[in-house]
Amino acid sequence: MTAILAVRDLHVAIGRRGHAANVLRGASVDVEPGEVRGLVGESGAGKSMLGRAILGLLPANAVITAGTIAFEGRDLLAMPEPERRKLLGRRIALIPQDPMTSLNPVRRVGAQIAAVLSHHLGLSKRQARARAGELLAEVAIREPGRVLDLYPHEISGGMRQRVLIAMAFACNPSLIIADEPTTALDVTVQRQVLQLVERLRQSHGAAILFVTHDLGVVAKICRTMTVLHAGRVLEDGMTADVLARPRHPYTRALLAATPRADRPAEALRPVPPALIESLWSEAHRLDRLADAGLPS
Amino acid sequence: MSDILLRTAGLSFAYPERGSSPFARPAMRQVVKDVDLAVPRGSVLGLVGESGSGKTTLGRLMVRLLQPTSGSIQFDGAEIGRLGEVEMRPLRARIQMIFQDPQSSLNPRLRLGVTLTRQLKVFGRLKGRQDARDRAADLLELVGLPTGFVDRYPHELSGGQRQRAGIARALALQPDFIVADEIVSGLDVSTQAHVLLLLKELRARLGLTMVFISHDLSVVRVLCDDVAILKAGEVVESGPVERIFSSPQHEYTRSLLAAIPLPDVEPGWLDDAGPASIQHLQGSAA
Repeated sequence: MTAILAVRDLHVAIGRRGHAANVLRGASVDVEPGEVRGLVGESGAGKSMLGRAILGLLPANAVITAGTIAFEGRDLLAMPEPERRKLLGRRIALIPQDPMTSLNPVRRVGAQIAAVLSHHLGLSKRQARARAGELLAEVAIREPGRVLDLYPHEISGGMRQRVLIAMAFACNPSLIIADEPTTALDVTVQRQVLQLVERLRQSHGAAILFVTHDLGVVAKICRTMTVLHAGRVLEDGMTADVLARPRHPYTRALLAATPRADRPAEALRPVPPALIESLWSEAHRLDRLADAGLPS
Repeated sequence: MSDILLRTAGLSFAYPERGSSPFARPAMRQVVKDVDLAVPRGSVLGLVGESGSGKTTLGRLMVRLLQPTSGSIQFDGAEIGRLGEVEMRPLRARIQMIFQDPQSSLNPRLRLGVTLTRQLKVFGRLKGRQDARDRAADLLELVGLPTGFVDRYPHELSGGQRQRAGIARALALQPDFIVADEIVSGLDVSTQAHVLLLLKELRARLGLTMVFISHDLSVVRVLCDDVAILKAGEVVESGPVERIFSSPQHEYTRSLLAAIPLPDVEPGWLDDAGPASIQHLQGSAA
């Protein structure tokens, strides 16, 4: 099966020239059609940056210094900007992390979903509104007709996240970047949102790159996973294999440091600081090699 | 001396809701309802609940940052629920709180040495500048930070280090009782485990009595002896951690435990998305 998304040896630096800091150091990730791949890492691992690079939404002071991003066989980085923009929201969509700030506070929910539909699919105002209502029903929002006319502050956090999910699936994209979509939610709501994403993925047939720091969430929704640290891929494989038999010491350490409700306290092992230090010094060694123009 | 350090009975808290008219008598919104809890000396009680469950309000009542609307709080055998600020003052040295976000709860303009010893100064327990530095260095050492950090500002620290500094500040007056509000929820897995084990060690070494507020049952299991599950301001179930985790009695506790995604592949975990399980969050618009 050919990958729908193929990120190869991606390098991203952030900051001014001469003072730039590397955030991605040659990361490669594949996502196959219809697959959910977890992109796992702690803060500073570069996982959100990788997601933003695919979407073409890197911060203004970030530059891609090397690598390619192929989507459905076409290099996104070589594509003219207007063409790439047409893909965004249509073929590649985003479920953002923060349901509180990702919706426009002064526009009604229905109008925000309808805007996506009329922009990408050319639906008329009436068609777009009708379709927006259907989408809300699909994300299990009761009385969708009433919710269409509400403002984001009038609905709960869980419902706002559902609205954002409805918007992401609105144009039947083939790839969705989900950036920590359940991190801000309570566990019971998180479970329902994960169940919903999985159901929509099956009915719409989208692939998902699921960015998260939570190994529990990865275990539940991702078939494959990639472990990122300091902008490098340390391990990837089938989720079942990686969690049961982690090969990289960092993955092993993360698993041992994750508190578990089903195990007594004595089972918890913090990540050895020496391991983190050695990973960073390896990353900095690679930076020096790259600065000297040597292959790593 | 009673072996219960803190006991609440019928503890309730309500605040007036914003009414439709400024002249209407405001409706009261009950945030904490009739809470009866006992924290034995030297033990750690976990307060668990989802957002809006009233767990933070309950914690703030226990340290008397809030005054209860009704009910009682007994600290070391004495009623403190109705005490005024002046009467509370001597007790403030014995009761401390560690806040969720060390970024906003440490003064960004003060060096750690000053922040850590400020309360000692307020309570007149410092003998000059050198004593302050020594005491600050001791506190840093206690929480596993380099003593050189006395001259650092909070922004020079990582998230995990800042949370350690927050813990050190709470320990400065050698309190008997500490309420810790979601203090590890913002931390990465690799730092979180270190902070949890630090608290465990400090508790054993200093004989602390703690209330540990968290939305995360997995974290509670690591640190707490007892746990109380809150829902809409009420304690629905409480008891020893082992008992609650192995045989939860209340439906809500069971649903909380079932919703925790353990890091194991578990086919079917996502399947029972039947309408029944989705219903309660659909609710109506807030």
